[in-house]
Amino acid sequence: MTNEPVIKVKNLVKKFGSFVANDHLNFDVYKGEIFGFLGANGAGKTTAMRILCGLSTPTSGELNVAGFDVKRQSEEIKKHIGYMSQKFSLYEDLTIAENMMLYGGIYHMRHKDIKLRTEEMLKKLDFWEKRKTLISDLPLGWKQKLAFSVAVFHRPEIVFLDEPTGGVDPVTRRQFWELIYQTANEGITIFVTTHYMDEAEYCDRVSIMSEGKIVALDTPGNLKQNYQCDSINDVFIKIARPTEA
Amino acid sequence: MLQLNNISKSFNEVQALKDITFEVKKNELFGLIGPDGAGKTTLFRIITTLLLPNNGNAFVNGFDTVKDYKEIRKITGYMPGRFSLYQDLTVEENLKFYATVFGTNIKKNYHLIEDIYSHIEPFKKRLAGKLSGGMKQKLALSCALIHKPEILVLDEPTTGVDAVSRAEFWQMLKNLQHKGITIIVSTPYMDEAMLCDRVGLIQNGNIFTIDQPDNIVNSFEKQLWAVKADNNKFKLITDLRNHPNVESAFAFGENIHVSLHDNKQEIKTLEEYLSEQGNQKVVIKQTKAGIEDVFLHFSQQNSVTQ
Amino acid sequence: MKRFLGFVRKEFLHIFRDIRTLIIIFGIPAAQILIFGYAVSTDLKDAKIAILDNSKDEISREITGKLVSSEFFQLEANLNSFQEVDEFLKKGNIKAVVVFENNLGKGLIKEGQGNINIITDASEPTTARLVAAYAESIIRDYQVKKFGTGFLPIKVQANVRMYYNPALEGAYMFVPGVITLILMLICALMTSVTITREKEFGTMEVLLVSPLKPIHIILGKVIPYLLLSIVNMVIILLMANFVFDLPVKGSLTLLMLESILYITLALSLGITISTVSSNMQQAMFISLIGLLLPSLLLSGFIFPIDNMPIAYHYISLIMPPRWFIIILKNIMVKGTGIMFVWKETLILLGMTLFFIGISAKKFKIRLE
Repeated sequence: MTNEPVIKVKNLVKKFGSFVANDHLNFDVYKGEIFGFLGANGAGKTTAMRILCGLSTPTSGELNVAGFDVKRQSEEIKKHIGYMSQKFSLYEDLTIAENMMLYGGIYHMRHKDIKLRTEEMLKKLDFWEKRKTLISDLPLGWKQKLAFSVAVFHRPEIVFLDEPTGGVDPVTRRQFWELIYQTANEGITIFVTTHYMDEAEYCDRVSIMSEGKIVALDTPGNLKQNYQCDSINDVFIKIARPTEA
Repeated sequence: MLQLNNISKSFNEVQALKDITFEVKKNELFGLIGPDGAGKTTLFRIITTLLLPNNGNAFVNGFDTVKDYKEIRKITGYMPGRFSLYQDLTVEENLKFYATVFGTNIKKNYHLIEDIYSHIEPFKKRLAGKLSGGMKQKLALSCALIHKPEILVLDEPTTGVDAVSRAEFWQMLKNLQHKGITIIVSTPYMDEAMLCDRVGLIQNGNIFTIDQPDNIVNSFEKQLWAVKADNNKFKLITDLRNHPNVESAFAFGENIHVSLHDNKQEIKTLEEYLSEQGNQKVVIKQTKAGIEDVFLHFSQQNSVTQ
Repeated sequence: MKRFLGFVRKEFLHIFRDIRTLIIIFGIPAAQILIFGYAVSTDLKDAKIAILDNSKDEISREITGKLVSSEFFQLEANLNSFQEVDEFLKKGNIKAVVVFENNLGKGLIKEGQGNINIITDASEPTTARLVAAYAESIIRDYQVKKFGTGFLPIKVQANVRMYYNPALEGAYMFVPGVITLILMLICALMTSVTITREKEFGTMEVLLVSPLKPIHIILGKVIPYLLLSIVNMVIILLMANFVFDLPVKGSLTLLMLESILYITLALSLGITISTVSSNMQQAMFISLIGLLLPSLLLSGFIFPIDNMPIAYHYISLIMPPRWFIIILKNIMVKGTGIMFVWKETLILLGMTLFFIGISAKKFKIRLE
């Protein structure tokens, strides 16, 4: 973790009509950091994340992702980031190799590099023998792990993970987080949202959103100390209010 | 209230449920804990008469789920995954619909849903599709309760909902229990197990233990240690796993839960080893197992990961 | 460039692995070629005609012979009086009546000219025109052979002055057809989608685990569409009347009753589709491709069935629109009563009961 912020957010505001989804957010994320982005339903997490990924434009504010301005250079940003969400990860009727070939191509990787990287990643996951299986035939845990591999396939600077471990069994969840750790060790910044409060503890720093604002931002240890709680779960319950409806 | 005997169910070649037998007593709050794909939804659908088992039989309040399904459907309140509300009807219209379908009206059993519905009542004219996850949850629960069912079957009602709403929801369930309703809930969140009277831990179609949560946790045979260090967790886990005496090491929040082959060996030697490897401020404490630890160890033993 | 090609390759893979897309790409064009190729025939074949021979002399018999022996026409009846023309055309079997005037032969010799009238059934203007054209052409050929290429003494007056469609109004043609298709579309498509929507959103699960009987669910879904379709029907009739000048010649009550029957049939078709579809996309696919398209092409609405190959005739027999169009045309355009359409009505009734029976049987009270 060095001192260069790869994500710089200053006074981010996003309005939908008169509803303020993001109310003057301010935060930085540093290279190689595992940054947990928490919040109650309706707090504005997904909105903010979409803006950072270049999928949506802010109403106002200055945002810089991987050195590019979100408002003017969103296409550049997309080349430098990876994305994985629960709703969509991989194409179900393709094999993992085909998925990797596709994404590798989209991110302008050379054919040879794609092949090498595919082999490297699948062997690390102990999946090389099964590489011809269609995604739809795999259990959820494997889909998630493979989806993560595809998200970081092109070695992006930052990878955004939107509730990546929903519903998965405890062992696979931990294997997934070990993948995240390995990836962070390689210098890729991880921006993750989750509903599992214990996973918040795995992060280097955590921010908690409530009703459009960031109400806490610190390391898990400091948060627990400041709010006098034993777990992030308790901190969350203390300070996050679910947006009514 | 609920009796399952040797229930098995397969879909094509996949065996979703393998020889499940257990019972739920009247007025109990029973939890079915397990990850996606474990068979929870399949089991619930058999209980609510929506699926036929390949083997075995099940009884709800003495009624056979195959032959007497009509009777069971009158006394069951069912909340399937994804809540299943009519997105294009308002809160009030949804509630009214379910009341009429069961031959009753909102007033009759309002006392049952009062605590829950009062949270969403101010929004009763809003379309269900425009509610937040927590609100949808409360509405779906109200709709399942409005006809005063004898048994409430809730399939993953807290999935995808934030921690605050989840806590509120379980409180509501406890209150309902006091009003005489038998409740069976499924969830992938292991911590919610502690809130039930009894739980069944399920994975890959197998319920590998059924008991009160305290008993399950207390009867965990292994001694667990919580290891903490001030540095990179990944390094800590890797170092631990490389140690010959370490049987398993799993991340648990800020700690690593470790079980050893030989507990008689001095903990100090482990501490020293870790510090030598470069871990800072190593702290090792004895710790009690939780439901998730039990689950993890069972999975490991049977190499049943997804 | 590579990025682009990679994406193209992925799309090919999706296509080949999805049977529905393959059907759309390869199956439909093939089906359309077959249908358009054979069904859309601008050729006439074995069209049934009747002859009213007021002359009964050599000329008329020769011409009759030529007409009847050609592959285009088939003699269905020999009429005796002008009154019979009405009756036979109303029955609907014959496409035209060829009327030879009195003393055709003698008139040719004496005055050097003669008249033949061709009276056609207007409810199918395309066929009517064809019949007139072919008949005229045969008669002309006969004249050329007999009298040389000079002056052709026999005037063929094609009373493309149609009996039931004097101005050859398209409205008489297309309004019944449109009504048939719209009703089929709304009813079948909508009911098929409304049930599968509940399956897709998961609300069907909750409905099943309730005291609601399946018949309640089915009827509850059908009745709103039934009522709305009746209203629709009324609106269309009003529009036909005021905008296109197509009043209902026959009994309005009979028309509404037959419409309700047809609507019910379409609705039960929709329910049947929904019992075999697991999601909305599938239901819509089956409704559009399996129901609407064949109905459009094989019901006789646009392309006369008589001109199609035999195989298509048989297929069209099971198309409900085919029968309903006949009923509609008879009641609206020809003004006939139940006696002329009882056969078609019975067929529709039978189909309705059949589909209701199947839907009730196939409606799943469980999830598998």
